[in-house]
Amino acid sequence: MIEIELDGKKVDIVEGSMIMHAADKAGTYIPHFCYHKKLSIAANCRMCLVDVEKMPKPMPACATPVTQGMIVRTKSDKAIKAQKSVMEFLLINHPLDCPICDQGGECQLQDLAVGYGGSKSRYEEEKRVVFHKDVGPLISMEEMSRCIHCTRCVRFGQEIAGVMELGMSHRGEHAEIETFVGNTVDSELSGNMIDICPVGALTSKPFRYSARTWELSRRKSVSPHDSTGANLIVQVKNNKVLRVVPLENDAVNECWIADRDRYSYEALNSDDRLTSPMLKQGGEWKTVDWQTALEYVANGLKQIKSTHGASTIGALVSPHSTVEELYLASSLVKGLGSENIDYRLRNAEFEVVPGVRYLGTSVASLSHLQRVLVIGSNLRKDHPLFAQRIRQAVKMGCAVNVVADKTVDWAMPIANMVVSNASNWVKSLADIAAAVAAEKGIDAPAAGEVTPQSQAIAKSLLGGDRKAVLLGNGAAHSAKASSLLNLANWIGNQTGATVGYLTEAANTVGAQWVGALPGQDGLNANQMLSGALKAALLLNTEPAFDSAQGALSASHLSKAEMVVTLSPFKANLDISDVLLPIAPFTETSGTFANAEGLLQSFHAVVKPLAETRPAWKVLRVLANMLGLPGFDFESSQAVLLHASRGVVGNIPSGVLNNTTSAQIDISEVQDTPNTASIYQLDSIVRRATSLQLTADAQNVVLINATEVSA
Amino acid sequence: MNAEQILSQFSATGVETCFHDRHINPQIYAGLNGANWHFKDYEARGGYQALRKILGKDGSAPNSETGISGMTQDQVIATVKESALRGRGGAGFPTGLKWSFMPRQFPGQKYLVCNSDEGEPGTCKDRDILQFNPHIVIEGMAIAAYAMGISVGYNYIHGEIFAAYDRFEEALEEARAAGLLGNNILGSNFSFQLHAAHGFGAYICGEETALLESLEGKKGQPRFKPPFPASFGLYGKPTTINNTETFAAVPWIIRNGGQAYLECGKPNNGGTKIYSISGDVERPGNYEIPMGTPFAKLLELAGGVRAGRQLKAVIPGGSSSPVLPAAIMMECTMDYDSIAKAGSMLGSGAVIVMDDSRCMVKALQRLSYFYMHESCGQCTPCREGTGWLSRMVDRIETGHGRPSDMDLLDNVAENIQGRTICALGDAAAMPVRAMIKHFRHEFEHHVANKTCMVPAYV
Repeated sequence: MIEIELDGKKVDIVEGSMIMHAADKAGTYIPHFCYHKKLSIAANCRMCLVDVEKMPKPMPACATPVTQGMIVRTKSDKAIKAQKSVMEFLLINHPLDCPICDQGGECQLQDLAVGYGGSKSRYEEEKRVVFHKDVGPLISMEEMSRCIHCTRCVRFGQEIAGVMELGMSHRGEHAEIETFVGNTVDSELSGNMIDICPVGALTSKPFRYSARTWELSRRKSVSPHDSTGANLIVQVKNNKVLRVVPLENDAVNECWIADRDRYSYEALNSDDRLTSPMLKQGGEWKTVDWQTALEYVANGLKQIKSTHGASTIGALVSPHSTVEELYLASSLVKGLGSENIDYRLRNAEFEVVPGVRYLGTSVASLSHLQRVLVIGSNLRKDHPLFAQRIRQAVKMGCAVNVVADKTVDWAMPIANMVVSNASNWVKSLADIAAAVAAEKGIDAPAAGEVTPQSQAIAKSLLGGDRKAVLLGNGAAHSAKASSLLNLANWIGNQTGATVGYLTEAANTVGAQWVGALPGQDGLNANQMLSGALKAALLLNTEPAFDSAQGALSASHLSKAEMVVTLSPFKANLDISDVLLPIAPFTETSGTFANAEGLLQSFHAVVKPLAETRPAWKVLRVLANMLGLPGFDFESSQAVLLHASRGVVGNIPSGVLNNTTSAQIDISEVQDTPNTASIYQLDSIVRRATSLQLTADAQNVVLINATEVSA
Repeated sequence: MNAEQILSQFSATGVETCFHDRHINPQIYAGLNGANWHFKDYEARGGYQALRKILGKDGSAPNSETGISGMTQDQVIATVKESALRGRGGAGFPTGLKWSFMPRQFPGQKYLVCNSDEGEPGTCKDRDILQFNPHIVIEGMAIAAYAMGISVGYNYIHGEIFAAYDRFEEALEEARAAGLLGNNILGSNFSFQLHAAHGFGAYICGEETALLESLEGKKGQPRFKPPFPASFGLYGKPTTINNTETFAAVPWIIRNGGQAYLECGKPNNGGTKIYSISGDVERPGNYEIPMGTPFAKLLELAGGVRAGRQLKAVIPGGSSSPVLPAAIMMECTMDYDSIAKAGSMLGSGAVIVMDDSRCMVKALQRLSYFYMHESCGQCTPCREGTGWLSRMVDRIETGHGRPSDMDLLDNVAENIQGRTICALGDAAAMPVRAMIKHFRHEFEHHVANKTCMVPAYV
C-alpha cells in the first residue's frame, strides 16, 4: 500500500494503481470517457487530466500510476483548465442534436458538458459528418458523427466479447468506428457496447425513439433465460417494458448482460401474447373468462382422475419458471395423487439423483480459474456470461480444455480441444481419466487409452490451482449423462477440481430444489411425452420446441384427453384444449436459483397484460377448486417461504450435490443430446423479433433448413 | 544510374546530397560518392573495426591488467556516455543514458530498434545514410546490441523511401555473408540478428511507440507512457529505440573514444550532426558539421540565401520546431542547447530557410495541413485540434480571417500542447504559436487587408 494525497485527502492504495483508482476509492469523481473499470486503459479521451505536483504537464488520471507521497489536485486551476480545453475539443465536431438523440438525458458527454463546456462555441467551421453504418438488428450506428472515439466499444470487443468486431479505421479527423468491410456485429454480448458508449453513437435499435430516458421507471429484475441469473434493470413506461439494461452485481453478471437478457423483452410486447383464457371447442378457439376456464380444467382433472386414475395426470414444467410456480405445480400434481412432474424435457437419461445438481463452485470463481475442463457445451452461446468470465481467467493464464462435438469459435484461446461425437464423450472422458491415472500411477476408473490429447488435458488439469470440471447442456442432456458425471467426478477428485453442471436454465437448480421431478414410480418427462398421459399440464413449456422428441412429443400429447397450457404466449395451439395466460417474469413476482444455487427474488415490473395472471395465483386457485389442502397462500413470498422452509440467500450446501452412484457405461450408444441454440432456448427468446434477426438465430434456421432438405 | 550520373544530376539543379566537400570534419558522410556503399568499401574506410574492437577481434593485445581482450558492455556504454552523443531523431536524449536504462539482466527476449521512419518535413539525412553508407548503421546497431545484451534488432524504414530499404536489405546480406551479423559474430559468443522492415509512409510511425505498434503489425498509434519501451516495448519486451544517425555515430565513437567525439562538438553536445538544409538557399542538401558550428557558417556552406534575397526566418529542426526570425537565428550556434535557449529545438536537424519572399501565413497553412493530415486520431486534443488549427489558418490565408483569430489560434494551440498522448500534438502546436509570436504582424495584415504582405511567392 502506498499513500497519496488527493485534493488534500489522504488515500491508501495498492501499488500499481492509477490515480483514477485512488479517486474511485476516495469517492472523488474525475471526469472521463474512455476509462472503464472493466476495460484496458486507453488514455485517449484526455478528459481525466489532473494536476500532479512536480509534473509540468497535466497527467491523465486513468493512466498515471500512483507513487508514494504523490500530490494530486483534481480541481486546481491547471486541472480544470485542461479538462475544459479537452471538453471544447470533444464538442467542436459533436453534433448538438441532443434534443433528438436517444442518449439525451443519460449521456456522459452531455452531463460533463454542463460542468466543463462553454455556453458558446468558438469553433465556427463546418462540423465533421461521419457516414452511418448498418451492423445488424441490435445496435444502431445511424449517427456516427456523435462518436468521440473513446474506443470503449473496440476494447469491449477485444477484451470482453473476445471478438474484435468494431475497430477504428482511418486516421486523424477521418478516424471512424466501423466493422471490417461492412460486416455485422454478431457477438452474443454486443448490446453491452450500447451501455458503455458514453455518447449517442451506439444506440439500441429496438429501443430507438420509443421513449426518453427520464420517462422510464427503472425496476430491478432477474433474467429468466440462462443459469447465470443476470441482474437486470427493466425500464418501463406506461406499463410497458421498453428497455432492459444490466444491474451491476459483481458476484453474478458484473456489469454485463447477454443480448438474450437485453432484447428478449420484445416478445413480451408482441402480438403473440395470450391475453385471455381460451377453450378449444369443436376445433375452434373461444375466448372465455377465468372462472369458466379454471372450472373446465378442474372438472377435467377430476374426471380423468376418476376414470383413468391419478397416475395418468402429469405436468411438464419449464426450468424457466419461478421457484414458486414450480413448487405449486409440483404440490398440485402430488395433491391429485400423481407423481408425474418433470422439468427435464430435453434430457435423455433420468437418473434418480441424491441432491440438487449445480455448478459445483461459485459463479464469481469462474473468473479466477487456472484450469478448466468443459464437457459438451457450446459455452459462448449457451452461457455467454460464464464464457466471458472464463475468458477473463484465460487472460490471467487459465488453460481451457474442451470436449465437444463441434469445432466452434470460443472467442478465447483453447489449450486442448477434443472434438468427438457425443456418442464418444464417455470414451473421451475415460481417456482423460486414464491419462490422469497414468500420470499419478493409480488405477483408472474405466477402460480408456492414453492419447496425446488426453495426456495433454490430464497434465493441464494436474497443474495449477483453482480448477473446475464443467458439464454443459450437451453433457446434461446426454443419454450417458450419469457416466459422464461419474467420470467427471473421478477426474475432479484426482486433480483437485470442482465438478458441476453449467445448468441450462434460469431456474434449473431451483426446479430440482422444489421437487419439480417425478416422485416414487412417477413418470419422467420422456415417458410423459411418449403418450402415457391422459391429462397434461404444460407450465410455460412448448414440447415441440422444448423437448428432446420435439414434434413427435407434440403428436403424442395430442392424444391425451385434456392438455392445459399455461403460457404467456399463444403456445401449443394444436395440441392444447385450454390456454391459460400466465404472467412472464416481468409481470409476476418470483424467485430464480442460478447455477451456483443463489436465490434471487424479484418483483413484477409491470402489471399483467390484459387477463394475464401470475402463474402462482392461477395454480393456487386451481388447487382450491380441486379442493386440495395447503394452498392458502396470499403472496408469492408466502409460497417461497413455505417452499424454502425459510431459507434465504443460497440453497443450503447440504442439498446441493453432484455425486452419482451410477456405474460408468463405456459402451458406445448413438447419442445426439438435445440442446437449444442461443435464441431458441425458451418461449420468450423464440418470440423476440430482433434476436431472431441476428446471425446466430439465422444460422440456426439455415442449418435446420438444410437438414430438412437433405 | 551510376554515381557520376547521380552527382551530375544533383549539381545541375544546385542540390547537394551528401557527396560533396562542404562538410566539416564529417564522420558519417566522409568519403562517400554514391557507389562506395558496399561492404568492402566500408571496410576500406575502417568500417567494422569498432565492432571487432569491442569483441576483441581487432588483433590488439588483451588488456594487460585484466587479460581480457575487447570491451565489456559497461565500457561500451560508458564510452557512449562520455561522448555526450544525444539522440539524433529530434528529442536529443543522451544515448548512453538511454542504453543504461535497458534491463540487461532481463531473462527474456529484448529488442533493438532503429528508427529510420524519417518523415519530418525537411529531413532527408537518414535516407542518405541508409542508401550510401548502410553498413555504418549495421555496425552501430551491432555495437548497441552488444552493449545491451540484445540478440534481435529491426530497422524500421520509412515507407516512402523504398530504394533505401532495398539498399539496406542488400547491405544486411553482405554483413551476414561476412559473418558480422548472425550467430557467434566473428567467432565470439555474441549473436545478433538484424532485420529490415518498412512502413507505409505514416508520419506518426516515426513516434517510437507507434513505430513499435506498426512493427507488431498493428495500426500505427502511439502508446501512452509510462510504461516506456525500455520496460515494455516491442511485443511487450524491453526495447531500445534510436535514430539511424545516432547508430551511425557509434562506430566512430568506439574507434576514437568518447572524449574525442565530445571534443569535436561542444560540452553536452558531442560530435558532428547532419543538417538537411532546404528552402531558400543556393545549395540545399545534407551537411555534416560539428555540433556548435555557428548557423552563419552552415548557411554559408549551403551557398547562402538565394541571390538578391534577405533571410527572413528559419525553422531550425524540422517542421515541428518553432520558427525563429533571422536576427535570432544568426546569433545561434547549431547545437541542442543554443537552439533551445533561442526558443526552438534542434530537432532532427532539418533547417528550413525562408527568405523575404515567403509569406508566413502561407507557410503555416502548409505546416498545419500536414499535422491535420498526419494526426493518428487517437486522442482528442490532437484529432480535433489539428483540424481546427488548419482550418483557421486556411481562413486567414484566404482572406476570411477575423481580428480575434490570432489569439484564438494561439489559445487552441496552447490547449493542444502538453495534453496529448504523444508529441505530435506539441509538434502541431509549436509552429503555430511561434509563428504568431514572431510574425503576428503578417497575420494581422492578412486579416485587415485580405492580402499578403509579401508581394508574390517566388
